[in-house]
Amino acid sequence: MTNFRSHLYFLLLGAIALIILPYFISSRFYIDVLTLIFFTAYLGQSWNILGGYAGQFSFGGVMFFGTGAYVSSILLTTFGFPPIFGIFLAIMGGALLGLIVGYMSFRSGLKGSYFALITLAFAELLRVLANSVEFTGGGVGLFLTYAPGLSNLQFETPVGFYYFSLVLMFISIAIVYWLESSRFGAQLVAIRENEDAAEALGINTLKCKIYAIMIMGAMGGAAGTFYAQKYLYLDPPIAYSIHLSVEMLLVTIVGGMGTIFGPLVGAFVLHTVNEVARHFIDTPGLSLIVYGLILIVIIGYLPNGLIGAFKKKEKKSGSTSLDKKTSRGDS
Amino acid sequence: MISASLSMLPAAIINGLMYGAIYALVALGLTLIYGVLHIINFAHGAMLMLALYAAFFLFHLFNIDPYFSILIVTPCAGIFGYMIYRYGIGPLAKGKDQNILLITLGLSIIIENGALFFFSGDQQTVNLSYGFEAFDLGFMYLSYPKVISFFAALLMCAILWAAMSLTDMGRAIRAVAKERQGARLVGINVERIFAVTFGIGIACLGAAGCMMLPIFYVDPYTGNIFVLVAFTIVVLGGMGSVVGALVGGFIIGITESVGGLLLGESLGQIGISLIFILILIFKPTGLFGSKV
Repeated sequence: MTNFRSHLYFLLLGAIALIILPYFISSRFYIDVLTLIFFTAYLGQSWNILGGYAGQFSFGGVMFFGTGAYVSSILLTTFGFPPIFGIFLAIMGGALLGLIVGYMSFRSGLKGSYFALITLAFAELLRVLANSVEFTGGGVGLFLTYAPGLSNLQFETPVGFYYFSLVLMFISIAIVYWLESSRFGAQLVAIRENEDAAEALGINTLKCKIYAIMIMGAMGGAAGTFYAQKYLYLDPPIAYSIHLSVEMLLVTIVGGMGTIFGPLVGAFVLHTVNEVARHFIDTPGLSLIVYGLILIVIIGYLPNGLIGAFKKKEKKSGSTSLDKKTSRGDS
Repeated sequence: MISASLSMLPAAIINGLMYGAIYALVALGLTLIYGVLHIINFAHGAMLMLALYAAFFLFHLFNIDPYFSILIVTPCAGIFGYMIYRYGIGPLAKGKDQNILLITLGLSIIIENGALFFFSGDQQTVNLSYGFEAFDLGFMYLSYPKVISFFAALLMCAILWAAMSLTDMGRAIRAVAKERQGARLVGINVERIFAVTFGIGIACLGAAGCMMLPIFYVDPYTGNIFVLVAFTIVVLGGMGSVVGALVGGFIIGITESVGGLLLGESLGQIGISLIFILILIFKPTGLFGSKV
């Protein structure tokens, strides 16, 4: 219990630091980078729920993002529906898509590589559809107008978007925090560790996995609205880019799957590496080469990510059996 | 409009068959790797792109005809595949399915962006002296490169099939695919067979790349286009099934070109991902596969 409480203090301190941070940073550049880090960490967290906790790797996580972005943007451009309400419909759209994809693929028993591939195919299917129909603006894309105001979820300064992304990230961490202490979260972990055993214990694995992908979808939907309102432009290659699907799994795996802060750590490290690499050699592709290398090294040598590596060290240095027990309890 | 489309249907089907043979060759590499190693090589498209570039540079720098390059690129690709499994994927993955998927994903990111870094993002094509000559079939023209590629791809498939069924190495590979432990017990070096199989799978890509170059363009993202196509064929035909890869290749080739004809350029691409999803949901073993 004391452990949990110190954890909470630590968390609160970090949150306050992030909230007051913009008052100490005047550079627009750093604010933008931090915004992007929180945004990626948020998306990574959504992937983490299905991939890290439930053990179902998706390669098409971007589909929820893109669908959410289209839902709120189309509502805005055709009906003038304010995005502050539109974001909730985007969330519902993402969850609904999660329900459809989850029901179709989990019911037929797809797992492992097959599930990864079918999500990739769903994202591709939606990209082609968005490219071909009228109401998404087709290949030309959708242009949103810039009209700052809370009802539009647009802000006059980059700091506004900083807080928007920070709120999203806090919510995602709260969701995973709840997951860690809830029965549902334990059921997901049971599915990850051994699905047959989980089923035998009476867990409705199908239902749990569908719930997990719906949470992921809902979170992705909100991310879509955020992106559209910040960048004001949307087209099928952006909305359903495989690159974003990869990035959300990448930050989570690098940081540590199935951990609360894995996606944040991963997003922070990867974006820092990216910016540093860009600073020295500004050639397209280079930073992604580094991403690929990091992914392979992490999979090969640190299967539990950076957080896992850190925890291991901690275990090695301080080490009564009681310590081990508590640290295992909270991980 | 519809009647005009219908009159072009036979042409679309024949075009689809031509592409289908090459797709089959690409899928053959993938299905072979899956059948023996039980892994999904996500970097398959990226490696195909590398093969296309290899053929392109051989033509561009040394003026070697892409069809002749098959003899150079295929063995090089095979060695590349062998090395990358032996010293990269194999030791790093530690036998976990999802690790291999992620490592090959990382590889594809590296290869794709390495190509962008070194070769720039421009689309490259080759101009062959006979590139625009064509057979007149009465209702359509069929360019020489398409016909040559079609037969070359079929020939490659036949050679591969013969090698798999007649040589000792082929027997060893099939033994490992069927019963890994048993193969180990009778003295087959399973790890080596894995690397050899991976090499053969990539060698197929080397050949396919050379055959595709006269028909397609190449840029660093070419691989992406074929990843889903190849996976669809393999899943459709049945993971690990050679016959399935051939039949699946033809089905997908025809679906693509007929879909493009009837639904238009943009929506026509939907056929492949739709087939992929439907097959995975309703018959994940595919047409010729036995088990998942």
